[in-house]
Amino acid sequence: MSQINPINTVEDRPAITLLSDDDNTGSLEVASQWRLIWIKFRQNKVALFAGVVVLLFYVVAVFAEFLAPTLPSKSQPRLTYAPPQSIGFFVENEAGERAIQLHVNGYGMTVDPESLRRSFTVDKEVIIPVGFFVKGEPYELWGLIPMERHLIGPLNPKDSMNLLGTDKLGRDVLSRMIYGARVSMSIGLIGVFSSLLIGTVLGALSGYFGGWVDLAVQRLIEVISAMPTIPLWLGFAAAIPLTWSPLQVYFIITLIVSLLAWTGLAREVRGRFLSLRHEDFVTAAKLDGCTTKRVIFRHILPSLTSHILAVVTLAIPTMIVAETALSFLGIGLKAPVVSWGVLLQDAQNIRTISSAPWLLVWPAGAVVVVVLAFNFLGDGLRDAADPYEH
Amino acid sequence: MITESCTESRTSNKKSLALSVEKLSVDFHLRTHILHAVRDVSFSLYRGQTLALVGESGSGKSVTTRSIMRLLDSQARQTSGRITLHSENSDVVLTDLDPKSEAIRKIRGRRIALIFQEPMSSLSPVHTIGSQIAEAIRLHHGGTKKTAMESTTKLLEQVEIKNPAEMARRYTYEFSGGMRQRAMIAMALACNPDVLIADEPTTALDVTTQAEIMDLLKRLQESRGMALLLITHDLGLVAEVADEVAVMRFGRLVEGGAVDDIFHAPKTAYAQSLLASTMRLERPAEARASRQLDDDSPMLSVSGLGKSFGIVNWRGKELHSTKAVEGASFDLYPGENLGIVGESGSGKTTLGRMILRIIEPTAGQVMYRDAQGQMADVTRMNRKALTRFHRDVRLIFQDPFASLNPRMTIKQIVGEPLVVNNGMKGAELDARVAELLELVGMERSAMERYPHAFSGGQRQRFSIARALALNPRVIIADEATSALDVSIRAQILDLLIDLQKRLGLSFLFIAHDISVVRYFCDRVLVMHHGRIVEQGDAEMICTAPQDPYTQSLISAVPNPDPRHKRMINRTRFISS
Repeated sequence: MSQINPINTVEDRPAITLLSDDDNTGSLEVASQWRLIWIKFRQNKVALFAGVVVLLFYVVAVFAEFLAPTLPSKSQPRLTYAPPQSIGFFVENEAGERAIQLHVNGYGMTVDPESLRRSFTVDKEVIIPVGFFVKGEPYELWGLIPMERHLIGPLNPKDSMNLLGTDKLGRDVLSRMIYGARVSMSIGLIGVFSSLLIGTVLGALSGYFGGWVDLAVQRLIEVISAMPTIPLWLGFAAAIPLTWSPLQVYFIITLIVSLLAWTGLAREVRGRFLSLRHEDFVTAAKLDGCTTKRVIFRHILPSLTSHILAVVTLAIPTMIVAETALSFLGIGLKAPVVSWGVLLQDAQNIRTISSAPWLLVWPAGAVVVVVLAFNFLGDGLRDAADPYEH
Repeated sequence: MITESCTESRTSNKKSLALSVEKLSVDFHLRTHILHAVRDVSFSLYRGQTLALVGESGSGKSVTTRSIMRLLDSQARQTSGRITLHSENSDVVLTDLDPKSEAIRKIRGRRIALIFQEPMSSLSPVHTIGSQIAEAIRLHHGGTKKTAMESTTKLLEQVEIKNPAEMARRYTYEFSGGMRQRAMIAMALACNPDVLIADEPTTALDVTTQAEIMDLLKRLQESRGMALLLITHDLGLVAEVADEVAVMRFGRLVEGGAVDDIFHAPKTAYAQSLLASTMRLERPAEARASRQLDDDSPMLSVSGLGKSFGIVNWRGKELHSTKAVEGASFDLYPGENLGIVGESGSGKTTLGRMILRIIEPTAGQVMYRDAQGQMADVTRMNRKALTRFHRDVRLIFQDPFASLNPRMTIKQIVGEPLVVNNGMKGAELDARVAELLELVGMERSAMERYPHAFSGGQRQRFSIARALALNPRVIIADEATSALDVSIRAQILDLLIDLQKRLGLSFLFIAHDISVVRYFCDRVLVMHHGRIVEQGDAEMICTAPQDPYTQSLISAVPNPDPRHKRMINRTRFISS
């Protein structure tokens, strides 16, 4: 082995070959926890994509009025159960020349001579020109700013464009979906936020102090988790005064159920506190003379925020599914409020599903996509939450 | 093995090659860079011989073993080299085998066996010890459950586990650390391997247990003629058991040769410095020796301190209890370094924490004399007085990774006691933190960084800076250097001695490592089973101990000199 080593080569660090020129080890040294989490999260492409999807849905929810081609409540009695139209790009004029013109095709109606049922088919001959930023139904953005421009719509406000078809009253499914996103995506947040508050506080107390505090909180959690939620919802739905608006009713029910849904988070937080309160750095903080409040809020909780964020991200889709399920059963939101669950109510019978499948496919699809995106995002966050783990 | 000269010198005892590693290089492909973990490493193992692979953390020792076993992570690529397993009839080139192939699985465990550092995590908690060993036997040799169990019993007997048939039916948690390592050895020996790789086999064990395990390995190796590859960072252990030594650093084999050559005539600067930092800890620190104690009244006086952990029923009546510490009494004088040594479970950490009342004592008192000369009993202090006490008496932790909050910058961590106690902020805080960092030999630019940017030794310096922030009088250092590499360990100890001289501190130094205590302390307490069995002058305890337990403890410490083996010829202590 004497031939191997150049004896007095002084090496003071392990040999490395940099893969990229931007050596960011220097910036990593001053990188805060959140930056490290972001660096790790960025590597998880699925979670990153899911995050973009979730963000898009929220953008849609925020600008619902502008993005929807028409009002969700505008019914067209002459166009019930009209099938979806598709957007075409080229039209042929009388001379047979092709020209670029965004358009949808109109409908042709046939009446079944036996059942007298009307059915609509897309008529290729009728061309309805479509454009961006068109004037349409007047609305108030966020209930404040009066506007009448829509992102997309028929150039002639009298024409009708139903990209995702219409329902039994001839209302545009696309517009209803977009307005529904606002309610469905936001109402879960309120529930999650209140359960986050209760869960963190009780979990922290239970984990930090242990002893009889822990015992009491844990037994409380057990009692609460034993309560069946759906009968409870049914009960509350029946007990709430009829004079309240449907949105108010739902708001209150979500709040009440979230008072029962904090248990999972509280357990998670308690577990983390139990393991962290004996960590050396916590002992060090106590010896430094920190008060209990400072130990909890400045030394322990920051170590948990990323975990809590992940748990919350995973809790939102549960709320969305709960809303959908309850509205579908008729005990959650009720018309005239528009949510994905309310939209699905229209798809409760086989006849509708066979003759107008779009009433089922689009709202259900939206729920599936959003819930999946939230789950992927939450998983990604949870993995990234501890950047020191491998 | 390694050098030709050494082969010549030992031609008398004919050596047969068991395993050879030639020009092995392994790269790790990480996100931003390629780490060359092992570079051009070559060595050979001979039957009946022990090769010690020595190096500090990150030197590539474990990666080398993993490539022998073909157990490399997916990030690792072997870029060059050959590993050959030799036997009388045919040689197998391990590097040609697919890591997932049937062929390598036949070799793993059967011809090359591995013992890990952590006996706790390498044994399954849900199977009995016997069934785990029997499974290894049946995997490689087949046979019925009954015959496998019989050979298991025989193996356990060989590794000197008493009452083997009965112990085979026990679970992992019922075994102590030493017993677990014995069971691991039994499992490794199950198929009578040609080569045994022991990766830090005794690092997690106490010195006396370490001595027993090394004795056992040595005996088994002789009776079976195995080649032993011992991976370790402990030069003392190497001197006691190895025939050959290979020193690794940053992935390279820096020096290799017979154990006597390495210890008495090291050629490379690195081997010399490694040896020097080990040898330095074999005697008291020079800087300390001349100091005199000018004050003769103790500043911390512990009497009859005890802690029992009991199981209490719902009425508060104690059902049964374990005494972690019993009747501990000692004094700490100003400017003194008092060492507390003992093996794991001896109660030394509990004792240190009781003084600070992180753990509430169940008996005894701790009298503290503050800067004004006022005596007070710490065990009766109220919250406010205790906070004041905690400003004078500070703690340094063992694990530099767990003791610094990863969410805070160095400035926040070091400055926390100043913010909390003195309400310091802004430029004043910055200046004081910078001053503290300078005191522990760190640059002020470290302030804005997070702990993850620093190595263990640097983190321990921040820990010390935090302890110094409030101008303390006593520092309790709980195994403050045991998580560090040997060269860093000496640096930290020198830093503490330097600080002591400049700031007039007293240290209560808790350690399991006798050499560290000898280097650092004036007086030593020896703890065993929660009791102080002996106390006295550090040099006396280390050279001429009186108590039988201390004698066995001291003699079990490996001596880093292959010409004067201590551990192998140790005194044994039979616990009553």
